[in-house]
Amino acid sequence: MSETTTPSTALPEISVSADKVTSVDTEPKNTFELRNVNVFYGDMLAVKDVSMAIPHNQITAFIGPSGCGKSTLLRSLNRMNDLIPGARVEGDVLYHGMNMYGPKVDPVQVRTVIGMVFQKPNPFPKSIYDNVAFGPRLQGRNGNLDDVVEEALRGAALWDEVKDRLKDNAYGMSGGQQQRLCIARAIAVQPDVILMDEPCSALDPVSTGRIEDLMVELKKTYTIVIVTHNMQQAARVADRTAFFTVLANDETGSRTGVLVEYAATTKIFSKPDDERTENYVSGRFG
Amino acid sequence: MSTSVVSPGASSGGAPIRSLEAPGPRIGEKIIKAVLWATATLSILVTTGIVISLLLPSIGFFQQVSIWEFLTGTIWAPAFANPSYGVLPIVVGTLTVVFFAILIAVPVGLASAIYLSEYASKRVRKTIKPILEVLEGLPTVAIGLFAFNVLTPLIRELTPFLPWTGPFSIGVAGITVGLLIIPLVASVSDDAMRSVPASLREGAYAMGATKFEVAIKVVVPAAISGIIAAFVLGISRAIGETMVVLLVAGAGNPVLSFDPTKGTQTMTAYIGSTATGDISQGTITYDSIFAVGALLFLMTLAMNVLAMRLVKKYREVYD
Repeated sequence: MSETTTPSTALPEISVSADKVTSVDTEPKNTFELRNVNVFYGDMLAVKDVSMAIPHNQITAFIGPSGCGKSTLLRSLNRMNDLIPGARVEGDVLYHGMNMYGPKVDPVQVRTVIGMVFQKPNPFPKSIYDNVAFGPRLQGRNGNLDDVVEEALRGAALWDEVKDRLKDNAYGMSGGQQQRLCIARAIAVQPDVILMDEPCSALDPVSTGRIEDLMVELKKTYTIVIVTHNMQQAARVADRTAFFTVLANDETGSRTGVLVEYAATTKIFSKPDDERTENYVSGRFG
Repeated sequence: MSTSVVSPGASSGGAPIRSLEAPGPRIGEKIIKAVLWATATLSILVTTGIVISLLLPSIGFFQQVSIWEFLTGTIWAPAFANPSYGVLPIVVGTLTVVFFAILIAVPVGLASAIYLSEYASKRVRKTIKPILEVLEGLPTVAIGLFAFNVLTPLIRELTPFLPWTGPFSIGVAGITVGLLIIPLVASVSDDAMRSVPASLREGAYAMGATKFEVAIKVVVPAAISGIIAAFVLGISRAIGETMVVLLVAGAGNPVLSFDPTKGTQTMTAYIGSTATGDISQGTITYDSIFAVGALLFLMTLAMNVLAMRLVKKYREVYD
């Protein structure tokens, strides 16, 4: 079976792969299954007809030029798009076979299972400790959270740097530390998936390297989906890579993101099937 | 050959070399700087003037009445044949107004601000916000009349179990002042909350916070310095409010009482009702107005200092 899914060839039989979620199979299980997903902002079609499967305990990268809808698609995976008035998702987004946009699904609950780390580190203006304890406290865990906080900070490779100043304001940390704190904060909620929206774009190369090492460590426990502008980053950390591009309609002025190619990262960067992918990863476009 | 940089001349092939000296003395710039300095200094001068004009007659007053007697006396009867200058009754009047005003304006104002900033759609907000700002500017004498004619009878009707006597009530005055400052508290708090970066809200949502949790646990704490500033502005207005208190609590002789159903005077109401045409300068009654004014000034100052301390302690800095 082809690993490539282009919108124009997203035939119904490709979505057969979704059935693997329930079938006993030697292939890795999929955390997400997307079938013919469209994302709209009001009348504007931002992402068109995406079908893909995101495997469990792997890092999947979304790459592509600005405006290709990769962040929009990422945000539809934990219903953060619900916060934008007029945003709407069509098609099926399945999480372990469950329809994420089903009538009984609670977006607040979704986000405790599927966490997110953002482009710019956004710690709360509270102490390091209170940042990490924020999620557990939301879930009603009061009392002593020292163990939870330590475990999450260790998980984010931050414990040794901050263990003596847990009561200090998080804004006294460096940008890279702040971003790892945001990862610790996400881990503390004990999610299944961590979505990362360009997590290193505001960081220096050393901090970026540490976060990349951390991601590789984290995928043992979590499924990770990362949006990145940095192709080297995708090549370094991702197991699978999806390349998106943007189709601009000059008459209506609309710009719609489409999935061009989705395959193992080595394939995307060495011998992609689609010419547009090759142009992008070789730096001739975008 | 001269190579001085300031001497005009032609460089080889490029633009002509121009002088680096100022073409003129730039007098305009100096005048503007002086005018701006003068305007900035004006408000300081005015404040100083107010303090001095309050202090000088107060000194005259305290030569006749001891500060101790003034601050601890429980009978305020400056116009009586046998006058007494214990300021406590009218201080209690002012504090009662402030208490009821806070009771009404802080919860309602904060809740309105949370609604406006976190829940209201753009369209609703665009409608409500200007209305709030108009309400802020309503003449307080009109609000006082409304309170005396409508609010007082209504509250009496609703609370027949309270020992109402006479037409005036300091409690109703406090409630009215509270209603009066809700728009101010709501509007300033709303501005503070909306300046909290959206990224903080997103961070909380992404951890499974509900809208209310985002508002209470992230936005309000992050905006707390602005919200406290809103409270301080509101309370300052409550302390200084005169017209509503005169109309609703009456200008009758004040008695030291914590009963909100009774009419009494506040510090401002005393000043407002006493500083009329038939008071002669140099009398002790005349000077007493300034002593009360100076105390009012000190109380407001103390509250502002306290608020600044609070802000410093609880402020959550983000950048």
